[in-house]
Amino acid sequence: MSDTAPPPVVRRHALQGRVRPPHPAAPPGFLRRHVFSLDHKVIGRQYLDLALVAVLTGMVLSWLMRFHLAYPEAALPGLGALAPNRAPNGVMTPELYLSLMTMHGTIMVFFVLTTAPFAGFGNFVLPLQVGAEDMAFPRFNMMSFWVTLAAFLVLVAAFFVPEGPPLSGWTAYAPLSAIGKDAGPGQGLGQTLWVCSIALFCVAQLLGSLNFIATTLDCRTRGMSLMRLPQSTWAWFITSVIALIAFSVLLPACILLLLDRVAGTSFFVPGGLVVSDRLQPHTGGSPLLWQHLFWFFGHPEVYIAILPGFGIVSHILPAFARKPLLGPRVVIGCMVAIGFLSYTVWGHHMFLSGMNPVSATLFSVPTLIITIPATIVTLLWIGTLYGSRLRLTTAALFCLGFVSVFVTGGMSGFFLAQPSIDTYLHGTYFVVGHFHFVMGVAAMFGIFAGVYFWFPKMYGRMLDERLGKLHFVLTLVGVYCIFMPMHYLGLAGNVRRYSAFTDDYMKGSLPLHRFITIAALFTGAVQLVFLANLIRSRLRGAKAPDNPWEATTLEWATSSPPPADNFGGHPPVVARGPNEYGVPGPTGDFVMQAAPELGEV
Amino acid sequence: MGKLFAVLVALITLVSTGIFVARIWWPPPDISTLGIGIDRQLTETMVAAGVLFVAAQLTLAVFAWRYGGRSAAHPIRVFPGGAAPMVGFAVVLVGLEIAVLTLIGTRVWSRIFLTPPAPNALAIDVQAEQFAYCFRYPGPDGKLGAVHPELMDEGSGNFFGLDPANDTAARDDIISATLEVPVGRPILLTLHAKDVGHSFYVPDLRLQQDFVPGLTIPLHFTATRATKREIVCTQLCGLGHYNMRAYLEVLPPDRFAQWLKEQSPE
Repeated sequence: MSDTAPPPVVRRHALQGRVRPPHPAAPPGFLRRHVFSLDHKVIGRQYLDLALVAVLTGMVLSWLMRFHLAYPEAALPGLGALAPNRAPNGVMTPELYLSLMTMHGTIMVFFVLTTAPFAGFGNFVLPLQVGAEDMAFPRFNMMSFWVTLAAFLVLVAAFFVPEGPPLSGWTAYAPLSAIGKDAGPGQGLGQTLWVCSIALFCVAQLLGSLNFIATTLDCRTRGMSLMRLPQSTWAWFITSVIALIAFSVLLPACILLLLDRVAGTSFFVPGGLVVSDRLQPHTGGSPLLWQHLFWFFGHPEVYIAILPGFGIVSHILPAFARKPLLGPRVVIGCMVAIGFLSYTVWGHHMFLSGMNPVSATLFSVPTLIITIPATIVTLLWIGTLYGSRLRLTTAALFCLGFVSVFVTGGMSGFFLAQPSIDTYLHGTYFVVGHFHFVMGVAAMFGIFAGVYFWFPKMYGRMLDERLGKLHFVLTLVGVYCIFMPMHYLGLAGNVRRYSAFTDDYMKGSLPLHRFITIAALFTGAVQLVFLANLIRSRLRGAKAPDNPWEATTLEWATSSPPPADNFGGHPPVVARGPNEYGVPGPTGDFVMQAAPELGEV
Repeated sequence: MGKLFAVLVALITLVSTGIFVARIWWPPPDISTLGIGIDRQLTETMVAAGVLFVAAQLTLAVFAWRYGGRSAAHPIRVFPGGAAPMVGFAVVLVGLEIAVLTLIGTRVWSRIFLTPPAPNALAIDVQAEQFAYCFRYPGPDGKLGAVHPELMDEGSGNFFGLDPANDTAARDDIISATLEVPVGRPILLTLHAKDVGHSFYVPDLRLQQDFVPGLTIPLHFTATRATKREIVCTQLCGLGHYNMRAYLEVLPPDRFAQWLKEQSPE
């Protein structure tokens, strides 16, 4: 060994110190290549396809609910055939309404807002952005998708059991969710399927988030230091850490709930309860324990849904503003702060739950403090636009829309974070408007931005920009027409989770409910433009170049779509951060992270 | 496209803010002694959040209008001062707002939930069940009978599972389907649930509290006006949740005394 010998080229990998075996070529056979694939790109697309099926299902459920709220006595053609004993003559019963609501919430939160921005995009893009050939554990990766699919099928199966899906909401508060059939229709087998589905989902997410963490830390290509990681990878990495902790609390909680239901335990059910005139055989449990465990997961879950959106916007906005993101390290710091704080605020869902009222004030303070990093990030996005040369592609527009709806949703959070105001607004449509803006619409806009941005890389074809812009404009107006009036309803004291408003003071809200319903049907119909664009472009869209947006990060340094091993056997070597926009480069006003003349060794 | 986006966002912002300011939809008139603090807190937060909302949305709109579609001829410019003023602004301004709202809000919250009820408060027992409320007043003996879940029976009207045969305190308990209270006198409710979680919500009182099976939760208020209002359930409790409500009737003291007398089982 002489001192002058060049060091061997060894890529960093989970098996530190050992050279990774060459990536196997794409396996032969349709099934192994497209269905049971180990390729993170295929798995990412599978997640997104599943999320698309889920979001369409969830949207149809919301249409049915909105129709019933606006016209409580009207018959819906076909509903009688779908659920004969729950919609006599096509008129929805209260229990059908509640089960649709439960399924809407569960499908949207778990199988859309977690599956698409985190598991879907994370899977497809993260390994490309760190310059890896695949995830750290491809088999776990495939398993996590198939377990997620199984969880979805188990949940949907609840529609087909005799008493239908559960009616206890996506939060499944005990004892309603824990005592079985006596609590109401759907609380038998339907609720058991729900618990099993969520437990399976937890397993899948635990596998997935471990994989993301290992891939980000150990599979980075040469030169890709942590501070050179794109914002989106940082967001998925932080989200993975949050998800790892959150789902490892929800999983045992679900198992305890299942035991209460089927094994006669009493974790969440106290003694002396009389339900349907029957004294229940439980004793000694605590309903508040379920609420604590659920929201210890549930609040971080909000950030699992929205932080990938933060990453996507922080990643996409500079590419279209043609200038660097303002304060990239501050954005990362804020995301870490939000992730950390998300574990200290779960009690704000429980101000009025009967827990010690002193703790309400304690949970309120970190909830309010979380608005500080959120405000900083929002200001940095807006500041990034200043003095830019903004290219208004559909992806860029959805980023702008994201900022707008996130600000709106954040403002209403300011009200609900204060226990004294929550005393009035809790359980009203104000809350529904709030979380739909900040978690539903904002996260959806992040997903849309991601789809319009990465579609060319995923399928090698461009989406139609004219249809895209039409989709954006109508959706933006639509979501404001749906969710802004919900704040007014809530202010007037309109209670949520009611299947009809027929009593004195709520009857006056009916015209506004009708307006919301029309807006919801309209906005839903607009999504057909998106769907048509997806299908048409996938089949006949213009061929996508390798780097259609003139972006800097590694996913654009390979072909569209990338080869099976991502970089065709030539792993990129990274020379700089992802933020080199507005500078003179070899091919325009940007320099790629792995510019060939600088990066190739 | 930048201009269209700017116009849309500005319109959405101004119209939605206008509707808030016009108070077309607003809490119903307050009928309790504690509501005024909550209303003030709500208005203060509305102003603070409203200013930030309008400022952020309009800045976004202006930037989209101004910088959207700019050609390469325009030089790229960095926000004056970079990220530091953003961080400073958020920490100082939002931090200050949080501190002020927390200080005032905590006092409002404490007055409702951390202050013991007045000693002369009228105690009323409230039981929630799928899908109704039951109210119980102690009779002339001033004592409530013990609750026995195994004796609860809807058919015979023994909602609370009382045992008058063996329990003398239970014999004169007054059971009511409406919550009748005298105006101006502090009321102490003790909330307990028979089956699943429920909630007690009277928007006019600005008061809300969950019922938790297994817990007995105190809640106090003083009504300031003779009126009849609705109590609604806000905690999802099953298929009849939308229909779970009762009336709160605030009576002048003399009429309340008369009502109590009429209800006494003799």
